[in-house]
Parts: sequence; C-alpha cells; structure tokens
Amino acid sequence: MGSLIKVWDIPGGVHPPENKAQSLQLPLAKMPLPPVLTLPLNQHIGKPAKPVVQVGDRVLGGQLVAEAEGVFSARVHAPTSGVVSAIEDRLIPHPSGYSAPCVVIDVDGKDEWVPLERCDNYESLDKSELLGKIRGAGVAGLGGAGFPTSVKLSPRADHRIHTLIINGTECEPYITADDMLMQVKADEIVAGTLLLAKLLDHPDALLIGVEDNKPKAIAALEKAAEGTPVQVVSFPTKYPSGGEKQLIQILTGEEVPSGQIPASIGVVCQNVGTTVAAYRAVRYGEPLVSRITTLVGEALDTQRNVEVLLGTPIDFLLEQHGFEAKKASRLVMGGPMMGFALPEPSVPVIKTTNCILAPTQKELPPPQPAQACIRCGLCAEACPASLLPQQLFWYAQAEDYEKLEAHSLFDCIECGACSYVCPSHIPLVQYYRASKGAIRQQQHEKEKSDRARRRFEFRQERIAKEEAEKAAKREARKKAAEEAKRKLAEQKDDAPAAKADPVADALAKAQAKQQSPEAQRAKLERNLAAAKDRLEKAQRPLEPGEPGAEVTDEQREKQKARIKQAELKVREAEEKLQHLEQDRSAPKAPEANDTKPADDPVSAAIARAQAKMTMSPEDKLKSSLESLYKRLAKAEEKAKAAQESDDDKADALQQGVDKLKQKIADTLQELSELAPSTVAEPSSASRHTDDVASMAIERAKAKAAAMETMSADDKQRAQIESLKARIEKARQRLEKAEAEQDENVDAFRTGLTKLEDKLQQLTEDR
Amino acid sequence: MLDLIVQNPITSALIALGSLALIFGAILGYAAVRFRLEEDPVIQQIDDLLPQTQCGQCGYPGCRPYAQAIANGDAINKCPPGGQATINSLADLLDVEAPTLDAEHGEESEVKKVAYIREDECIGCTKCIQACPVDAIIGAAKQMHTVIADECTGCDLCVEPCPVDCIDMIPVETGLNEWKWAKPAPAEAQAVNLIATDRDTTGEAA
Repeated sequence: MGSLIKVWDIPGGVHPPENKAQSLQLPLAKMPLPPVLTLPLNQHIGKPAKPVVQVGDRVLGGQLVAEAEGVFSARVHAPTSGVVSAIEDRLIPHPSGYSAPCVVIDVDGKDEWVPLERCDNYESLDKSELLGKIRGAGVAGLGGAGFPTSVKLSPRADHRIHTLIINGTECEPYITADDMLMQVKADEIVAGTLLLAKLLDHPDALLIGVEDNKPKAIAALEKAAEGTPVQVVSFPTKYPSGGEKQLIQILTGEEVPSGQIPASIGVVCQNVGTTVAAYRAVRYGEPLVSRITTLVGEALDTQRNVEVLLGTPIDFLLEQHGFEAKKASRLVMGGPMMGFALPEPSVPVIKTTNCILAPTQKELPPPQPAQACIRCGLCAEACPASLLPQQLFWYAQAEDYEKLEAHSLFDCIECGACSYVCPSHIPLVQYYRASKGAIRQQQHEKEKSDRARRRFEFRQERIAKEEAEKAAKREARKKAAEEAKRKLAEQKDDAPAAKADPVADALAKAQAKQQSPEAQRAKLERNLAAAKDRLEKAQRPLEPGEPGAEVTDEQREKQKARIKQAELKVREAEEKLQHLEQDRSAPKAPEANDTKPADDPVSAAIARAQAKMTMSPEDKLKSSLESLYKRLAKAEEKAKAAQESDDDKADALQQGVDKLKQKIADTLQELSELAPSTVAEPSSASRHTDDVASMAIERAKAKAAAMETMSADDKQRAQIESLKARIEKARQRLEKAEAEQDENVDAFRTGLTKLEDKLQQLTEDR
Repeated sequence: MLDLIVQNPITSALIALGSLALIFGAILGYAAVRFRLEEDPVIQQIDDLLPQTQCGQCGYPGCRPYAQAIANGDAINKCPPGGQATINSLADLLDVEAPTLDAEHGEESEVKKVAYIREDECIGCTKCIQACPVDAIIGAAKQMHTVIADECTGCDLCVEPCPVDCIDMIPVETGLNEWKWAKPAPAEAQAVNLIATDRDTTGEAA
C-alpha cells in the first residue's frame, strides 16, 4: 500500500545537512556485554522507580530491579545476569550534570535470564491485561521524551481515538537508529501497530509516518504492511517534521490546541522503537532492556547503529568504536539540534538514548559568539509552531514572564530551528528553556508563598481566637471573684449576730477572712458541743434531791423550760451542721475525706462527735448510765442541801432526783435488753459506719459525675477553686499549729507550699 | 411646556441642572456606600508580591503588615528574602525607582534554606512551635518536634528560641526536578573577538 493519504505541510522548518549516510554503511551490530551496567531509576518522565533489589543480590536478565512508583513511572529491569554491586547516586545523562540514584550491576557474563512469559495469541487477551504487560515491561517512549507508554495508551474515556500514528520520521541530522530499526524489524513494527490499534479500540486510520529520505525503511515497511490496515506514509524531509505535533499536522492537517495533548483531537502518536518494545513485551514477555543507538561522528573510527543494553557505560561503547578523545570537540547525547553535551563519557545509555554524537571540531564547531538581534525575522519564518522567536527573545532577556506566557512560550517545542537560522548566532532556544524553567519555578514559588500566606493567616486567626477566649475567661473569673467577695462580706455582717458564744465569736472573728465551709462547720460543731453542754447543765440542778427532798413545781417548770430551750438549741445546732454537711457533700466530698485526719483541732472535734455518733448503742447506754449516776449523786447532794436550808426548790430537786432514778432504771433495763443481742450490735454499729462511708462514697460519686458533665475549662476552674479552698484550710491549720506549737508544723508548712505550687501551675496552664 | 422653557431659559436650565445634580449625587452616594472598599486594594497587590516567609526581618510582624506599611509610604527595600527581584516588582507596581536592598535588614541569600531539627537533641519545649509563623513545626510538650520541610519558609524565627540549639538552617536540596537551564550570558558580554582568526582556538587546529 502506498501513500494514499493527503500529506499536509507545516509552517517553518529548516533543512540542515542530514549526515545520515555515515552510520548506515554498516549493518546493525550487537554489543558485547559490558563489565558493569548502571541503571538510573529515572529514565522516563515522572517519578523515579523504587529499587526492589539489594546490594549483593544476584539478578538474572529480565529480572525486575526497580518497581514503578505510581502511574507516571516505569519499571527498570536487569538487562543481563550479574550481582548488584551498588545502589547509589551516579552521574546520569542529563543536561544538568547531576547525579541520581542508580542500581549498579556487576555483569557476570553468563547472561542467564529469568523465564519469559510468551504469548502467542495476544488477540485473546483483554485490554487491561495487554496494558499490564506493557507496563510490566517498563516500556517508555523511546523517541526522546521517555513518557510511560501505558499511560499514553489509555486515553481518557471522552477522547475517542480515530488515528494512530507511528512515528518513524527521525528528522534530526545524524540519527539513524529508527531508520535501522524499520529496516530490520519492519514486521514487528507492523505487528506492534496492530497491537496498539487493539488497545486504542481500533482507530480508523493506522499510519506509519516516514520521511522520504529513508527509502529502504519505507520499502521494508510497505512490504510488511501488505494485507493489513496499516498505511505507510512518506512525506518530504524537513526538520522538525518528527515532532509529535508537527507529524500530526502533516498527516491529519489538524493542529493540537495549545496546552492540550494529541488525544484531545483523537490522535495518539508512538515512536517506532516504542511500538516494537510494546509488541515484544506482549508477544515474548520481554522487558525493555536494550535499544538501538546510533554511534556517529568523525571522532569515531566505526560509525554505525548498535543494539545496546540499557545501562551500558557510554565510554565502553566509544571504546568499542575507536573513539579518539583528542579529535572530538564534545560528546552529545541526541542529535546536533536538540541533543545536549554529556557531562562525562562514563554515563550510561538509558531508554531515551537514541544517538551518541562524537563530532570533531570541524564537524560541529563550538557555537559562535552571539551578536545583537538585527530583527531580520528569519527565526519567525523557521518556527514550526508559528511563534515569534525574536519577541520571545526580547522578553526572555528582560525576564518579562507575563509577556512570554502571553506569547505562548510554552508552545515552543525547543526544536532549535530558530537558533539554526539566526545570522547573529543567538542561542535562542537556550533563552526559551531558561525562561520556561524560571516561569515554572516562579509558579512553584507562588504556590508555596500562597500556601504560606494561608497558613500564616490561619495561625493569626487562631491566635486571636485563643486570646479572645482567654480574655473572656479572665473576665468570668474576675466576676466570680467579685461575687465571692461580696458574699463573703455579707456573711461577715451576718456572722456576729449568729454567734451567741463569746469564744466562738472571737474565733469567728479571727477566721472571718477565711470563711471556708470547713471553718463554718467547725464553728457549728463547737456550737453544738456548747449547746449540749448547756443542756446537761440545765438538766443537772433538778437531780440532786434525796428521796425525801421536795422540789417545787415552779422550780420544776423553770427547769423544764430551760431544758427545752437547751434541747432546742442542740437540735438547731445539729440541724445547721447537717445542713452544712449536705451543702458541702456534693462538691467537697473527697476533700472532706482528705481533711478528716485528726491533726486539725477542729476536725478532731468533728471526729470525736462522729465517734460518739458511731458508738454502739451499748457503749452509748453505758456511758450515759455512768453520767446518769454522776448526775444522780450530784442531784441528791443538791436536793439534800435544799431540804436542809428549807429551800422552796427542794421539791423540784427531789422530783429531778426521782426522774433521774427513773432514767437510770430505764437505762439499766435497756442495757439488759441489749445485752442478749450484743451479737447484733456490732453489725448495727458497722452499718452505721458503713452508712457514713457509703455516704462519702456517694458524695465522691456525685462529684465525679458533676466533674464529668463539666467542660474542661469548668473542670479546671473547679479544680483551681477547690485548690484555693484547700490552701485556705491548710493555712488555717498551719496557723493553729503554730499557735499551739504543734510538732507537725513542718509537715503542714510543706503541705501548704505544695498546694500553692499546684495552684500556680494550674493557673499558668490556663 | 416647550413654550414655558423657551420663555424662561435660565430658570429651566437651572432646574434641569439642579435635578441632574441631585440624581448623580444620589447615584454617587449610593455607590460610595454599596461599593465601599474595606481596605486599600494596593495592600493586597503588594502582599501578593512579597515572598510570604513571614520572617519579620523588615521589622513588621509578617508580610501583610509590611504591605500595609509600604502602602502607607514605608521603604520597599526591607525584604531580604524577596531580594532584588521583589524590590523590582514592587517598584514596578508602585511606579517608583527601584532602590537596592537595605543591608540593615539582612542580606539576600542565594540558596533557599529550610529549618531542620536534630531530633535526638530536641527536648520538646515547644518554643520553636510557638515561634513558627506558618505552623510548619509539629510536636508536643516533652515530645520530639520536627519541621514539615515543604511548609517551611526558611524564616529563621525558630532558631533563636531553641534552648538547646538543635535547629539548623540547611539549604534546600536541588534535585533534578528543581533543575532548570541557565540563561545564556547576554550578547554584549560575549561579543568579543568576533573575527574568527583572533579567537583563541582550542582543540585541534582546523
């Protein structure tokens, strides 16, 4: 099948000397195994692969040494058997001259391979399996960019591919690697084209584009394509018709829109080398471990195409071809138009190494010094992308990046046609490359600074919010403190009125400024004790009477009234104490427990009272019996005295004595009644104590529940408040202890300082 | 109506002008309220040009405060991280002559740096976390801290407060992704020895 398709022209373009004959005189050669292979982990566009072997591992040919990282990445395989001697940064063939991570394999020369998975009938496999095979073989674009092939072969669902173009143009001078490949592997190219067509849902047109300066390749391809839907299209030679976008324009007449990919207009373009690699990966399970590279230049004795293992050091290749370093002006990877000078001849061949050019000074003289732009416009005529190179040059010099972008700098394919035609030898492409890099960097920095700004602003906002919250809390605390002060003042006013006991009064005055609940409680305890005392006293005078003594009714009435009064007082005091206990029970339970120890006189009193309360009824009765006997003795004495002095109180006293006697009898009876059931006694007593304990537990629980429902802040506040209360108490205790020359003064003092420290820490934390 | 206007040209003209003035006044008054700007828009433009390191070397607590200061007439050459490029673009924006960097506020550093915490030595005091203007340091009290290198602006503010001096400012590694082609030397600088025979020929003599 000949070229039945209409061929279009591209704007611009140049016709540099082709220099392709030199390397086509000799047939394709295979290189011997080099002693060492250096496999860079990033031979493609995208993320570097991740090594899966370790130093010292023996690897076989075709074995995976580095796994792809993500979609935009490609695997790396061992090209032959050997031992991994290093995984480290080595110089790579890159214009930067940087080092990058590489897997270094010491070749053992046995060339043993892992078993490969052949597939004789790939038609039966579905698309994802085929893509998996291509991806698994680490195939990346061999034309020059090294784009992972499997990505390119899975276009977006909304991009229907109508044309598959296989790029055999090879427009750059000197390079003949694809030409040679087309001559020797035309069958595989056609088969590969059909494979790719299957992957792309059978596009309408399957085109192999070849420049008309490769008649042998065209003939071979046409022969191979006979009887298949593949069309071989030849078109006039012009640089840079091999550029992807240019070739698409030549073969379809359509332009790829600025900033978009060919798939957006329904075209996919693959290099012939990539097509063969994809085919071999599917058909023979062969990973991409070798490629055809042109070795050309007058500094070499032998100029030819070789099939070379990836990772082969370039100086090894040069040695094989009689390289004379003295004759060479430089060493270029790629062609004279788009290639770059190699930093060192020791760098390895990688997936994108299509040519190694070792020209003499005469062949490729060093660039002439640039002169001023004379605005001749030749560059604009040569530009295949229809840009305005001299405008771009102007703006690039002025670093006016906005204008550069406005003039579509990013549509420049860096073909170098403008530099080639420039009469002033201005390295225009260099300017564009540098400007592109600078713009990218600027965008990156802008992105970063925007992020930094956002983060900064967010932080400011957060800090402001925290400040506001703190201020609000401070305000709340202040209010609470004022409230407390006010209440305290009110209490102070009330307190003296309530105090009947002068001693208690004085004590209250002394403690007025520290009216903690504990103090109140202590006071009430004392009140209670005093009231009880009075009751006792009131009861006493009635009991002195001898059996015969007379106590007057009047006396009796008085005494009764007094007793009643005293009882009332006792009850009142008890009630008050109970009240206080209840009030405090919820928030203060644990504390009450804490402060129980009898080292405090106040709490000692409480403890005594409680001890009294918790005494077993028997003991109680016994003690009351004792006191009753005492009282009887006293009452009898008094009654006797009254009778002797003919006091009118004698009757009343006598009655009191009678009453006391009656009481004693009652008590005795009670005691005797209790005696048989003493077994039950302790239990009831312990029940009583149990009750106290369980009450404390209940209180603690209630407090815990309250704490839980409180927010963290409230909790903290409550903590601080309770701490303050404790400090007050501790201080008070300390004062008392000091006043009483207690031996525990030191312990109190350390306890107080500890508490104060804790409070300070808490307030600092807030 | 027409007669009335023709007969009283001055009065009608005055009435017409007066009513026009009222209408436009009302429109302008409404627009002034409706489209009122909270802040000078130039501040935002200046802020966009500043490098956002928030380093405070200019003497202001962050880039935005400095942008405000510039809008209020402060000098534009107080930003060492931005360097001459920032000064130039600021001068461009404000239409003033571009001064050189004020050395008083620090020197422009050629290499970008980020903070790095030697984690073994970190005692977990959180002082650097409090100092970082962009929250690029993570950690907690008594726990080791570390810098999120991608978010670090290289402002240096965390180095000073560290009580154990475990923070270094290390230059950002430039890998292949950061590499870019260098701009060729300007034509004027190269244009010496134009005549081929005058040139110092290296390598073999052709």
